[in-house]
Amino acid sequence: MKRHLISAADLSRADALLILDTAEELASLADRPIKKLPTLRGRTVVNLFFEDSTRTRISFEAAAKRLSADVINFSAKGSSVAKGESLKDTALTLEAMGSDAVVIRHSASGAAHRLAGWVQGSVVNAGDGTHEHPTQALLDAFTIRRRLRGSSTRGAGLDGIRVTIVGDVLHSRVARSNVLLLSTLGAEVTLAAPPTLLPLAVENWPCAVSYDLDRELPKSDVVMMLRVQQERMNAAYFPSVREYSRRYGLDAARMARLPDHAIVMHPGPMNRGVEIAADVADSVRSTIVEQVANGVTTRMAVLYLLLGGTEFPAVAQ
Amino acid sequence: MSARWLVKGVAIAGPGGRDEIADILLSDGVVAATGAGLSDVGAQVIDAQGLVALPGLVDLHTHLREPGREDAETVETGTRAAALGGYTAVHAMANTDPVADTAGVVEQVWRLGQAAGHCDVQPVGAVTVGLAGSRLAELGTMADSAARVRVFSDDGKCVADPLLMRRALEYVKAFDGVIAQHAQDPRLTEGAQLNEGEMSGRLGLAGWPAVAEEAIIARDCLLAAHVGSALHVCHVSTAGSAEIIRWAKSKGWPVTAEVTPHHLLLTDELAEGYDPVFKVNPPLRTAADVAELRRALADGTIDCVATDHAPHPVEAKETEWSEAAFGMTGLETALRVVQLAMVDTGLLDWPGVADRMSVRPARIGRLAGHGAPLAVGGPANLTLYDPAASAEAVGPGASKSRNTPFAGMALPGRVVATFLRGTPTVLDGKLV
Amino acid sequence: MCATGSSVAGRDGLAVLDAEEIRRALTRIAHEILERTHGGEEVILLGIPTRGVPLARRLAARIGEFEGLEVPCGSLDVTMHRDDLRLRPARALGRTDLPVGGVDGKTIVLVDDVLYSGRTVRAALDALTDLGRPRTVQLAVLVDRGHRELPIRADYVGKNLPTSQREVVRVMLSEVDGQDVVLIGEEGRKS
Repeated sequence: MKRHLISAADLSRADALLILDTAEELASLADRPIKKLPTLRGRTVVNLFFEDSTRTRISFEAAAKRLSADVINFSAKGSSVAKGESLKDTALTLEAMGSDAVVIRHSASGAAHRLAGWVQGSVVNAGDGTHEHPTQALLDAFTIRRRLRGSSTRGAGLDGIRVTIVGDVLHSRVARSNVLLLSTLGAEVTLAAPPTLLPLAVENWPCAVSYDLDRELPKSDVVMMLRVQQERMNAAYFPSVREYSRRYGLDAARMARLPDHAIVMHPGPMNRGVEIAADVADSVRSTIVEQVANGVTTRMAVLYLLLGGTEFPAVAQ
Repeated sequence: MSARWLVKGVAIAGPGGRDEIADILLSDGVVAATGAGLSDVGAQVIDAQGLVALPGLVDLHTHLREPGREDAETVETGTRAAALGGYTAVHAMANTDPVADTAGVVEQVWRLGQAAGHCDVQPVGAVTVGLAGSRLAELGTMADSAARVRVFSDDGKCVADPLLMRRALEYVKAFDGVIAQHAQDPRLTEGAQLNEGEMSGRLGLAGWPAVAEEAIIARDCLLAAHVGSALHVCHVSTAGSAEIIRWAKSKGWPVTAEVTPHHLLLTDELAEGYDPVFKVNPPLRTAADVAELRRALADGTIDCVATDHAPHPVEAKETEWSEAAFGMTGLETALRVVQLAMVDTGLLDWPGVADRMSVRPARIGRLAGHGAPLAVGGPANLTLYDPAASAEAVGPGASKSRNTPFAGMALPGRVVATFLRGTPTVLDGKLV
Repeated sequence: MCATGSSVAGRDGLAVLDAEEIRRALTRIAHEILERTHGGEEVILLGIPTRGVPLARRLAARIGEFEGLEVPCGSLDVTMHRDDLRLRPARALGRTDLPVGGVDGKTIVLVDDVLYSGRTVRAALDALTDLGRPRTVQLAVLVDRGHRELPIRADYVGKNLPTSQREVVRVMLSEVDGQDVVLIGEEGRKS
């Protein structure tokens, strides 16, 4: 029984399509006068955010509230955790308060796994260290499907769509979840990065690897840019921001080399001028703004499927 | 407690490779007689049919945590665990608080061991002051102290500065000391959490590359050869490290090495659920490494098994992986794990186990009175073990800490009795 | 609402309405709708998935034939408003497709295949309320099998079918099942 969503690997192709199709149905909610459904009335969803992330937290909050769930926001700053309370004790406190689901964002890889062992309800991983961020991958897949296959695509996967993910893969939970989910949905994924920013055994991942971004651009239907942190320069992952930008940054010239239909994505927040140029981020190919709206919709789908019935439905494979 | 004990019908794991079934008579702290049909007059009798008699086990690498971390373990509780595991002597590592870098601290630990009386405690002295890696500790004074320190180690940390390592190796020649290195290049392992490989990439945990261990071992073997001094390599964990040690020994260089029981059995795949009970330094590696380490222990390239018993309180392990402490307990399960990994797989026989878990560690530690084969006139340090005991799940033991990776695992065998200079510390699997 | 058909396969059960009778029933209902809505003025037909949807389309087609009037037609999925969600694993959602112009001030005719406990229709009324404020809501069903658990009644009924609660009513439509027939079978489960 699927009680949690911790890794994109938890989802089969049928599971992932169910989530995307459910999200498709819920998308029209945003256009209605009453943006609410009664389905999760009486359920409590706790947002347990140990890392600052206003964007993701608000997305989950909106998703839960649109399904009429009660939302409790817990942020680590200024809380008992700042005074040294352990993750386990925080979990037990939430249990005592009776939460049906906990959405957790934490700086330690594996925090969601640990939490799942201490609570009775469902755990949704909103980003654990450098491990995974499965709802980000779901909203990215949803965005790709809508943009490239249209919005009436129930049951359709991403078969044959070529996705290039660019940047600091080694430290990216978004990259890990996307590689898993997009390949499960049939996409062909390529990672483009300097060798220092790729994990050691990446050749065993279900994707191709390239050090040469320019070679990948003309054959990409989707380019997904990852955020690059300046601190990585101090740990000798690359010599300078300028060189990184020159070799792996997506500027207008590179964008022009993409096929006409290709889209540009970014999980946010962006370093404008480092991995992505401002005019690229603001161009019509960019899905950055709609990824935000799609985030609420896909998270609604996840919360509904986990909490709306007795359990996540077993989908015929 | 009677001073005479007759162990009847036991298989003596002798150094000649014989497994001879005989009786052993212990009297006044020594092995008084061996043979068939010995008289039991004035002696307590132990029916040892089906059991194996090993010379008392010697651990070259234990953390007893006292002074400073008595919440995790004390000399009293740690030595109880040791006796239950069949050990008659343990070397207590120096990374206590305060660090064992002076005669004062090593003598304190030595006295605590004597007072507890469950096994001999031989303190290990730190190589550098405070384990800080910059100045040599007073190695000579520690050697001359009542604790008679011969093994020196900064274990927990690596002596990374090559010049300092050279000096340490040279200096201990004066009193037949040995430097035991925890091989871990600090720059290559900053923030490392798990073996660098497929698992670490998938789980999003910072990798601890094998080369960080192998490069230091290679350097230290060359240094030991250059200055002609004894090097002991702690907790070898990779196939590459075993190969380097094999090469160094083939040159006749004075290098010895140890492996932990957990590195003979467990791999990094256990980190899948992020349970920090599997977090240890050096980390669990791959199946290929485990296979090579077993081979190396079997052919003697790796000289001995050392537990690296590292107890931690519950809160240090019941947390996110990256926050958790490194280390696993091991004294009580060591012999059983070695049986599973080495004897039951046909890689090592019981005389081999005696050699790797008693004779060689005692020799490397320069420990008189231990590691002697069971022969008339020798000290009555003896472990009686039942290899055929039905596999029992590992439960809580005598150690104060519960961080064993074997919890709930069915391991074969059972330590039945342990004798320290003719006095039983463990009888029928229980502390005396 | 259709019976859970998983245990009634193929032609198991007694046919109580064949294709001809279904056709006639729908023709009659189409005429009745026109009579009672001033000739279909401001009418929207909303089928409840799954089989209410093709029924709504057929009614819209008939009305188009008789009066030359194009009645907007769509679907209204009620899953999110059901009162029995917590009894089972979460259900997949059906399509909600509303005609352009919304529901405010309109005469909504909900269309479904079977009327039984009335809970599906109750859910549909709740779903409609969140979409806007229709002037009137009416209900057309192909089969009314009785055993109402809520005060709900249909305005237009294809056939009244007295049943026992042990029986299962299965509506099959060519758009979904490849043939048109209404079957009654003996099974234990109430859907």
